[in-house]
Amino acid sequence: MGEKLSALFAFGPQLSDGIVTTVLLTLGGAAGAFVIALVLGLAMVTPYGWLGVPAKIIVEFFRGTSLLVQLFWLFYVLPLLGVQLDPMTCGILALALNYGAYSAEVVRSSINHVDRGQWEASRALSLSPAHLVRRVIFPQAWALMIPSLATLLIQLLKGTAVVSFITLQDLTERIEQLRQASGDTFFAYSVGLLIYFVLAWLLQIGMNALEQRARARLGRVDRTAGGLRSIVRMQKPQAEAVS
Amino acid sequence: MNFPDFSDFWSWERAFEALPILLRGFGNTLIATVLGTIIAAILGLLIAVLLRVLPGWIDWLLKLAVAFVRNTPLVVQLLFVYYLFAMNPVLIEVPALVIGTAMIGVHYATYMSESYRAGIDSVPKGQWEAISALSLPPGRAFRSVVLPQALRATIPSLGNYAVAMFKDTPFLFAISVVELVTSAQQYGARNFAYTEAFTLAGLIFLAASYPTSLLIRRMEKSLAQY
Repeated sequence: MGEKLSALFAFGPQLSDGIVTTVLLTLGGAAGAFVIALVLGLAMVTPYGWLGVPAKIIVEFFRGTSLLVQLFWLFYVLPLLGVQLDPMTCGILALALNYGAYSAEVVRSSINHVDRGQWEASRALSLSPAHLVRRVIFPQAWALMIPSLATLLIQLLKGTAVVSFITLQDLTERIEQLRQASGDTFFAYSVGLLIYFVLAWLLQIGMNALEQRARARLGRVDRTAGGLRSIVRMQKPQAEAVS
Repeated sequence: MNFPDFSDFWSWERAFEALPILLRGFGNTLIATVLGTIIAAILGLLIAVLLRVLPGWIDWLLKLAVAFVRNTPLVVQLLFVYYLFAMNPVLIEVPALVIGTAMIGVHYATYMSESYRAGIDSVPKGQWEAISALSLPPGRAFRSVVLPQALRATIPSLGNYAVAMFKDTPFLFAISVVELVTSAQQYGARNFAYTEAFTLAGLIFLAASYPTSLLIRRMEKSLAQY
């Protein structure tokens, strides 16, 4: 065990490089996915068909064609059209498009789940449509959508592992190098999976805290939830994955 | 800026040449999806029932194991199990497709166990009370009372996971199983022509997964009416 640990320490710099790449892909992909989700999700709830129909088609397209196909298309086919992207940009773009499409569905259904009375009340107060969405509907939808977005964020983190197929030295690729260096599959991959698990847990903690804040801003403080414990919890009981 | 000639970019001839190769790869994709779904559906149910009947600390261990498999990348799990088998001289040689399908099944079992749990929780309290009033043995109670009601709420969700699994089968690329995307990549590398193969691969995925998810959505609505 001692020599394994010293092999791990010797491999430390490469491993942390890999973690940084994976985290950058996750955060970059998530930021892009969020923007795409907001644009497409809002377009799908507008009453205008010329906005909603194309948005729906884009969402179904990127949900229906697998992530790896999208990644390979960006990496192998796009250069033939004269657009050469570096692997990192390809990775972030593919993750953003794929998970953005899934998240757009979450944004759409969360907005639709906000009580109809809220729309009517805002109209009665003659708020402008933009004002109404920004100050009344979205904050409520936001609290609703966070648990599903958290599930998708962890799926995005897991999805980043495919970038090792397009020459990026992410955590998955570094684990493989550690396996070759240490000659011990079980050790290298256990370490790797554990790092991924911790990353997923940290993301979940962040999202739980975000949800509590969003609920608190709406005045919905959950006194039964038990503060810190509910934030550190890996999985929220009611969080159903959205697919 | 000069645009490349479109006829260089896309050739129908190559598309028709690639299609049979892709469809052969698609066979493995379907095998992995169908067998993976069966494994996941059975193992997921087992996990959900075990979580209900096991005592405290074993229950906690199982929950941790489920959370661990669920929250770590399938690609890494595939590589892990693949190397464990490939590097072990004692074990007989197992084809990568078998290893991959089993691992995908286990990965999605952790998701499906969650759907089963939600389904079991949705069985009205009165049913549980009736079970104890009739003093039904636990096995009989699960088989004849709880599961038939729980499954109704669970099936659409299992279907959604089966579609998600279908779209995750390209991850088998990692352990060089020649499924749809791997065969597209191989065709592309051999002929220096990726456009047709990858575009067709994407369209095949879309053509298979979109109608299925429509079907599941419809099923969800009709089951929700009860």
